Amino acid sequence: MSAKLMQGNEAVAEGALAAGVRFFGGYPITPSTEIAEGMAKLLPKVGGTFIQMEDEIASMGVVLGASLAGKKVLTASSGPGISLKQELIGYAAAAEIPVVIVNVQRVGPSTGQPTAPSQGDVMQARWGTHGDHSIIALSPWSVRESFELTIKAINYAEKFRTPVILLMDEIVGHLRENVELPAENEIEIYPRRTPKKSRAEGYEPYTPDEDLVPNVANFGEGYHVHVTGLIHDETGFPSGSPKITAEFIKRMHEKISRAADEIIEVETDFMDDAEIAVVSFGGTARTAYEAVRNSRAKGLKVGFVRLVTIWPFADKIIAELAKKVKGLIVAELNYGQIVGEVQRAANGNCAVKLCAKYDMTIFEPEEIESAIDELISEVGGK
Amino acid sequence: MTERSYEKFFRQNRLPHLWCPGCGNGIAMKAIVQAIEKKSGWTQDNTIIVSGIGCSSRASGYMDFDTLHTAHGRAIPFATGIKLAKPELNVVVITGDGDCTAIGGNHFIHGCRRNIDLTVILFNNNIYGMTGGQASPMTPLGKKATTAPYGSIDRPFDACKLAEAAGATYVARSTAFHVQHLTKIIEDALDNKGFSFIEALVQCPTAYGRRNKIGEPAKMMAWMRDNAVMKNAWDKLPDEKKIGEKFPIGLFYKAETETYDEAYHHVMEIAGGASK
Repeated sequence: MSAKLMQGNEAVAEGALAAGVRFFGGYPITPSTEIAEGMAKLLPKVGGTFIQMEDEIASMGVVLGASLAGKKVLTASSGPGISLKQELIGYAAAAEIPVVIVNVQRVGPSTGQPTAPSQGDVMQARWGTHGDHSIIALSPWSVRESFELTIKAINYAEKFRTPVILLMDEIVGHLRENVELPAENEIEIYPRRTPKKSRAEGYEPYTPDEDLVPNVANFGEGYHVHVTGLIHDETGFPSGSPKITAEFIKRMHEKISRAADEIIEVETDFMDDAEIAVVSFGGTARTAYEAVRNSRAKGLKVGFVRLVTIWPFADKIIAELAKKVKGLIVAELNYGQIVGEVQRAANGNCAVKLCAKYDMTIFEPEEIESAIDELISEVGGK
Repeated sequence: MTERSYEKFFRQNRLPHLWCPGCGNGIAMKAIVQAIEKKSGWTQDNTIIVSGIGCSSRASGYMDFDTLHTAHGRAIPFATGIKLAKPELNVVVITGDGDCTAIGGNHFIHGCRRNIDLTVILFNNNIYGMTGGQASPMTPLGKKATTAPYGSIDRPFDACKLAEAAGATYVARSTAFHVQHLTKIIEDALDNKGFSFIEALVQCPTAYGRRNKIGEPAKMMAWMRDNAVMKNAWDKLPDEKKIGEKFPIGLFYKAETETYDEAYHHVMEIAGGASK
């Protein structure tokens, strides 16, 4: 494929199509709307379905229905729309329905600053819906990576039968870059899981496989599956048993935590001799990378750490880093969210300094460079 | 003795149901499977039952099809996704008065507007039964509920008028007393290509009847018998006789209009993806 000028949001739509998404339900909201617009144009060309729903709750419902009927599905929103989706994100977690929700983050709370970038939904991505549940969230920093992580998100949703959040931000969503997308034969697709037994052989839709993920049959294939948001046993029917409830909640978490090493991706650079490092993600990582390179040019031993996977959090990787460096700077476009996770993982083994910004503008490299200078003077590196 | 052939449509290992003695939901549920049984081409493998949350919506668990017990108010969006993903499937929605006209009201009118090919059956018990008897948007004026202890002052919806105004292409009402009539209109609704809406009035002796001193289940059904007026007769009644608690039942509206999935197929033809 030849290089093409493309926006992050457009790359999500292209990535979804390449991943096999054939159903999109959505509702217009800035700054995610171009994803819906892209899907409206692309899906009918490949026999897929696009529908604009009456609100974001319905957008979640319609994609979950389509997923149960066997389609790979996507929905996208921002800000208040993501808040509305939370109810059925929990349903998808409980009923184990593959779905990817793109959140192109804007400034909140409430209507906030609708057209301005933010990374204020990090904790919402983890805990937005009520109750204990696991989740996967990935955050791209470029247009090409928006394409790649959309595919990865769809694959994880299918493999682990879980909601996956593609945690974009307005910076990357509206960023235009000249990109060369991977060729079709370079793209790996995880197919829909299928039952390993027939009904006659005693098939139960929620019996976990070896990886703790159940092979729930698609609707319309003769399995007479029952799906509910109530806590259920392996048959899929509700259970009032404390034992079943505890096992269910535990399996929800463990199907993801067991695969954490596979899911967690962290990119690093300049780490060999780094005395401190800047931890960042998404659009902010672009500025952080520039700041690290500028600091290196000044002779400062600064490393670069980019969280590609936000949830599950990269506990082990951060814990190891904290033993190697004197301090970590966490640069994020919010009042301080992922910094708490970094502090927890660092566990006192190095200094952790927050470089937060929440004035609706993106970081300038100098702002992160100042934080680097300050931390170096505090921890005595050079 | 009539052969109970419809029993194959129930998950016998999930019965008995959790509904209270005398509840009308079982009558409406049986009417649905008896209507499905009469439809050639409708099988347990190609028919999907989708429900919301509440007493009515527990029906899906008892019915031996692929069944989906969704979140409160959200059955219609889920059903829309199933139908559009696999238009060859038959999709039936079971909902309640609170589920459909309160928390799911927006989804209801938009489902009607799009003319999605679904059959939506609202079990109207005039109350929130599952949570113990709170007022719903279909609790009649003046009737008591735990959240309207002095009588409801909220003007109720006429869900049939709402469905018709919003664009549904089959709209009818019946009651648990008129069970054969109910079964017949469900059969007709299943035949309609498009959004079909049926309000099935069901008695809730526990949370509604008792509090409003309407009496036992049989008395509640006798009330249905005495107050329901067939549409043809209702239309001939002068306004001064449409008084008290009298209400019309029967087919109110029917139209042939392109369904959403037919319309979307044209979109795919224009875009070039219809054969993919």
